[in-house]
Amino acid sequence: MDRTIAIDVNRLCKSYDGHKAVDDLSFQVYAGEIFGLLGPNGAGKSTTLRTLITLLHPTSGSASVLGHDTVREADLVRTLFGYVPQERAIDRFLTGREHLELLGALYHLTKEEAGKRIAELLKLVELEAHADRPAKTYSGGMKRKLDIACGLLPNPKILFLDEPTLGLDVQSRLRIWDYIRMLKARGMTVVMTTNYLDEADQLCDRLAIIDSGKVKTIGSPAELKVALGGDIVSLTIKETARLGSLASALKGQPAIRAVNTTETGLDIRVESAEKALPVILEAANKLECRLDFIDYHRPRLDDVFIAHTGRSLKDAAPAEEHN
Amino acid sequence: MAHYWQEIGALTLRWVRRLSREKFSMLFTLVQPMLFWLIFFGNLFQRAADVQVTQAPNYISFLAAGVVVMTVLNNGLAGGVDLLFDKENGFLERLMSAPIHRSSVILSRFIFVMTITSLQVLVILGIAFLFGVHPATGLAGVAMILLIGMLFGVGLTAISMAMAFSVKSHGDFFSVLGFLSLPMIFLSSALVPLTAMPGWMSVLAQFNPMTWAIDAVRPLILTGWSDALPHVGMAVVVMLIFDALCLYGGAKAFRRAMG
Ligand SMILES: Nc1ncnc2c1ncn2[C@@H]1O[C@H](COP(=O)(O)OP(=O)(O)OP(=O)(O)O)[C@@H](O)[C@H]1O
Ligand SMILES: [Mg+2]
Repeated sequence: MDRTIAIDVNRLCKSYDGHKAVDDLSFQVYAGEIFGLLGPNGAGKSTTLRTLITLLHPTSGSASVLGHDTVREADLVRTLFGYVPQERAIDRFLTGREHLELLGALYHLTKEEAGKRIAELLKLVELEAHADRPAKTYSGGMKRKLDIACGLLPNPKILFLDEPTLGLDVQSRLRIWDYIRMLKARGMTVVMTTNYLDEADQLCDRLAIIDSGKVKTIGSPAELKVALGGDIVSLTIKETARLGSLASALKGQPAIRAVNTTETGLDIRVESAEKALPVILEAANKLECRLDFIDYHRPRLDDVFIAHTGRSLKDAAPAEEHN
Repeated sequence: MAHYWQEIGALTLRWVRRLSREKFSMLFTLVQPMLFWLIFFGNLFQRAADVQVTQAPNYISFLAAGVVVMTVLNNGLAGGVDLLFDKENGFLERLMSAPIHRSSVILSRFIFVMTITSLQVLVILGIAFLFGVHPATGLAGVAMILLIGMLFGVGLTAISMAMAFSVKSHGDFFSVLGFLSLPMIFLSSALVPLTAMPGWMSVLAQFNPMTWAIDAVRPLILTGWSDALPHVGMAVVVMLIFDALCLYGGAKAFRRAMG
């Protein structure tokens, strides 16, 4: 299928005082898809988005939105997208409606256009009842919804969402996923960052796994899992003393592809569970290492992440202090 | 052009709304000390201040010019604070990612700060009037005072915004602010005329644009046009140079921060 490219990021680099936040990043987003940037804290997701919204100039490389360069044609690019920042960018003293009115003027809507769209959006994010209260009285989830309404106000072709569900309860998360799917159904292109695996897995059509400013792999969640191949055998081992020796005993065995130490034991990537299990049990027996629980499954996105970055997203420590 | 005004109008309205919501107390804390100074300090030091030295009928009428310009100073130097908070919580990013002229946010801030400052100056002059300080140059003189205040205020607000865009944390911002404003006041003719200062102090005070502003405002209140005009002329020249330098620095800081 021949698809239109909505966003093209080409060998993008961005350094802060010599530290490379984004390092030779390239990816393309197709029109009409939900594209995810998945990575741990400090991976460079927000930096990449800030370049796309024209507020950061690349140190080298380039990015374009609907064919327009984010540096040379910044003014034009800014008319094409809506943006929902990672921080709750809310003015506590303004009401929800006043936020939207302000943005309406900044996008040069007439009073009537703005009024109509504001009413629609307040309804969409279910803030009608609270529209005329100052935002300081809003809960975290309500602020996030207002944030999203602000991003949608320009009725953009492209929506950038920076960690849209960070810190929300399960219900609100699911609702926001639904909004995002609905926006896609209306033909919008959505680029979002996340460090939630389930979000990337269930919501994104395609995603790029990013770590330390580099793209590790790109594809649809299903493709990425299939590409990994084989099975994952998870061992739960309470007695951690022999963990290291068991891991090294398994490494290099023909049936074993990769061994990764987790908080609770070992995750072993294998050709097929049937062939590998006897090998693993034998090694454990030999070392007198007691296995508390054995489980095997097809690769999940977490396994994809581990395979490409060498660590689990769940327990990935921030690469650097983030302020 | 219509777009430009729409943006600036909406952004200015936001500053007004913020002020009216919460900053009422803040407005008070800004005006109040100034009025106190004028009324109590003025009367208290009446005896101490030698009429021969101040060349004014009473200390309160001498002090009025200083209080006017100090208000301009305070408002100007605090003018960037809201932008600092906007920068820190990401609101500025949201504004700047909209298709607006790059200068709209800043211009709206200038308009807002200048308007509030002018209103406060009028309040101060009004209260001084009640205490018998009648500007010698009349309403035209008051207009001239506002003009000088604005010329000084533009540069100060530009400094404040430049700092807001370049500091790493708001702690830094407020320490630099405190560090700037006290010497600006004491090394100026706000509280005592240059002639009554020790030599080194009056030399330093002459490099302070605040002194030039006060020395133009004071004769506008105390003596009259013939005495004031040369000072006003000099003040305008000094302020224009001061503004040019501050705006240049401010524009540089803004460009660095906003790509
Ligand atoms: N303004 C800045 N000045 C200096 N360094 C910065 C700045 N912004 C980001 N960085 C650094 O760039 C790197 C990438 O940051 P970025 O915010 O893009 O990460 P992220 O993937 O969005 O992380 P998170 O999940 O925590 O939001 C980090 O190491 C961060 O410390
Ligand atoms: Mg981020």
